[in-house]
Amino acid sequence: MTTLTDPPKESFRLSMLIYDTRYRSLTIQVVAMMGFMLVAAWLINNTLTNLATLGKPIDFGFLGDPASYDINQRLLEYDSRETHLRASFIGLLNTLVVAVLGCITATIIGVFVGVLRLSKNWLVAKIMTVYVEIFRNVPVLLWIVLAMAILIESLPAPKAFRGENPEASLSFFDTVAVTNRGVYIPEALFSNSLGNIHLFGASSLRFDISLDLVAIFVVLGLSIFSIRKLAARAKRIQEATGDRPKTWHINLAILLVPMICLLVILGFHLGYPSLKGFNFKGGTHMRNSLIALWLALSLYTAAFIAEIVRGGILAISYGQTEAAGALGLRPGKIMRLVILPQALRVIIPPMISNYLNLTKNSSLAIAVGYMDITGTLGGITMNQTGRELECVLMLMACYLLISLSISMVMNWYNGRVALVER
Amino acid sequence: MSDQAFVRIEMLPEKKPPASTVGMIGWLRENLFSGWLNTVLTIISMGFIWYILSGVLPWVFQSVWNANSLNECREIMNETWGSTHGHACWGVVRERWLQLLYGFYPENLYWRVNLALVLTLLALTPLLFAERAPRQLWYVTAVYPFLMPWLLWGGSIWGTLMIAAGVGIGYLAFRLLAPIAGSLISVIASAVLPIIWWMFLAGSAAGVVDAVLPMGIETVESRQFGGFMLAILLGIAAIGCSLPIGIILALGRQSDLFIVKTLCVGFIEFIRGVPLITLLFVASLLLNLFLPVGTNFDIILRVMIMMTLFAAAYMAEVIRGGLAALPKGQYEGADSLGLNYWQAQRLIIMPQALKISIPGIVSTFIGIFKDTTLVSIIGLFDVIGLAGAIRADTAWNGIYWELFAFIAFLFFVVCFSMSRYSMYLERKLHTGH
Repeated sequence: MTTLTDPPKESFRLSMLIYDTRYRSLTIQVVAMMGFMLVAAWLINNTLTNLATLGKPIDFGFLGDPASYDINQRLLEYDSRETHLRASFIGLLNTLVVAVLGCITATIIGVFVGVLRLSKNWLVAKIMTVYVEIFRNVPVLLWIVLAMAILIESLPAPKAFRGENPEASLSFFDTVAVTNRGVYIPEALFSNSLGNIHLFGASSLRFDISLDLVAIFVVLGLSIFSIRKLAARAKRIQEATGDRPKTWHINLAILLVPMICLLVILGFHLGYPSLKGFNFKGGTHMRNSLIALWLALSLYTAAFIAEIVRGGILAISYGQTEAAGALGLRPGKIMRLVILPQALRVIIPPMISNYLNLTKNSSLAIAVGYMDITGTLGGITMNQTGRELECVLMLMACYLLISLSISMVMNWYNGRVALVER
Repeated sequence: MSDQAFVRIEMLPEKKPPASTVGMIGWLRENLFSGWLNTVLTIISMGFIWYILSGVLPWVFQSVWNANSLNECREIMNETWGSTHGHACWGVVRERWLQLLYGFYPENLYWRVNLALVLTLLALTPLLFAERAPRQLWYVTAVYPFLMPWLLWGGSIWGTLMIAAGVGIGYLAFRLLAPIAGSLISVIASAVLPIIWWMFLAGSAAGVVDAVLPMGIETVESRQFGGFMLAILLGIAAIGCSLPIGIILALGRQSDLFIVKTLCVGFIEFIRGVPLITLLFVASLLLNLFLPVGTNFDIILRVMIMMTLFAAAYMAEVIRGGLAALPKGQYEGADSLGLNYWQAQRLIIMPQALKISIPGIVSTFIGIFKDTTLVSIIGLFDVIGLAGAIRADTAWNGIYWELFAFIAFLFFVVCFSMSRYSMYLERKLHTGH
């Protein structure tokens, strides 16, 4: 029999808070928390005192006042009598527009450049290297301002399109007008339009959705759904009999026929820009500020995406290709089934963080006068109302919201494709 | 029986490889004309290069240097080469380059900026090329953080000395208290005492000494700062301060202490979620609101603070990547040697984690240096702001390529050398196989 004796009961001493590892982490955390709260309280107290001295306590009421400034590039209807909140909303949509456009073009250019940088052709690879180094090592703000300057200074004025022998002419088979006041592209028009749905009544966030567009998307969705059903059926047949029925002509028909019918019913036609008076009328007008921002952000971000794509492809060892070849896969399938899934795992996370950077860099719109959320809420609204604190807080909240949603998508994707190890 | 007429008994001499597979021709065949697709690509690329060079080279080299306005420039061009516009007008750079580099810094004091730049290079040498630099240069590095601001802003030498004295006080407190009161208290004292000194005593002490023995150089206001100098100044401050703060944030984010971790994660994600421009708005409009009534400190200092915080959050993420990439065995090995947390970090973990994250750290540096141009949006006259001012000037209204090419060249040189240095460092520190 062994007898257990309790170790001598240690009485608690104050110094144990620091020297005893059981308590130390708690002590550190409590001290950190207290320090943080003290600093935060001090800052907030200062702010409130300062605001009281200035006579403008925190108040978001200004958002309901008339904005009385115009936003020339916009997706939704807006005029200068509407509220600051409406203006900010229009600005937020403009941010999203340039972010989405920029991400798409940056991805296309970036993948193209990244793949060509790996080309066996020395000259092509070097040209792409020069592109990447030039765009990566010069600030994006400079590219934006330079693109704006080039557009304004070097493109023909609308009056150059006039007369018997115009100095300039429309590009792309007389459909696109590239002028120093912006680019006019054809717009989609529907003669038997279904009209719009008005969301959110008469509030500042009211939103019109074109039913024509909804109809197009519904038909497209249905077509794709049936194509997938068809593919599943083809696969079943293939597994049962070993023969895969030809489906591509049916697929094409399913995709095109309903869509063409719908467009004919809606009376789809294009509205082309034409010179009326001093300016072009008709078509969609993309202003220089939008084009400059879009162009500069895409080219700049594309240089980073190119490096990511290159790194991703290099990260997959050549043995993978050889092994897939040994299994009897054809080159197309090797790329689709073996290389791409692995390369994408490496490529996607940094790619998304570059999309995030592009979105945040779109705030530089303010340098060329594109009215995004920074230009409206953080620019004119802030200067007019003098509500710096409220405006900057809202601005930060908007960007945080965008960033966090993109991060959430990224985490979801990462979780889905993560390698499951032991 | 031998019907064989000839048997070779010595080796044939090696033949030279076919001329088409070695040397210049072989290289060309392999890299440029290895198949019809490759040949087409080569020809297209050559056409592209020809197109670019035939535009750029005459533009750069057949150019006008001696002109004081764009109109004068165009007249000279018309006289010399006929009515083409394919020629650069470097007159704007010749006339304004000093302004683009130094902003509105007083001309007779340019030597101070130049001296500060030389000091910067000297102070960086031991940091960048540790084993090749003479040891004495470490002294320059040590006094640099105090000397550089004094050179640029000027004013009384005593203020700078008093601030430097704070560091001495901290060091003394540590050395004197460590044997008496134990390491923890001495560390706390060495952090608290200098802060008390800086906040309450240094200013009046400097005032008193300055009244007795005035020594100083001409003061330069912050609004006179500008140009590329401002980018370098902001870049150095943000880069220099963000690395240590970033390391601390990364360690906090990796730690087991829940509250510390939450605070660090919150800070990092917040800063990374908003664009730098909103933080600069905070610097220019709001930072004074957050401080006690009547506080009004320098705009450049405010911008430096916000840029440092911004860079630190990104740096923290890069270093966290390095920490996460270390095998767990390194942590366990450090523990089994009996090292405490800070010793393990200093001797085992950080040297490896930082080495892994060099590419990320340097690209963060490059990013933050490029981002210094954003201060032009809050009204500081950095290069881009000055370019706007020059383009608004009647003499140079309508010029853009020349100006922006010059500015882009400045940034390219600095950023490109940084990225090359990081490659050199990676090679130097590469201890694997």
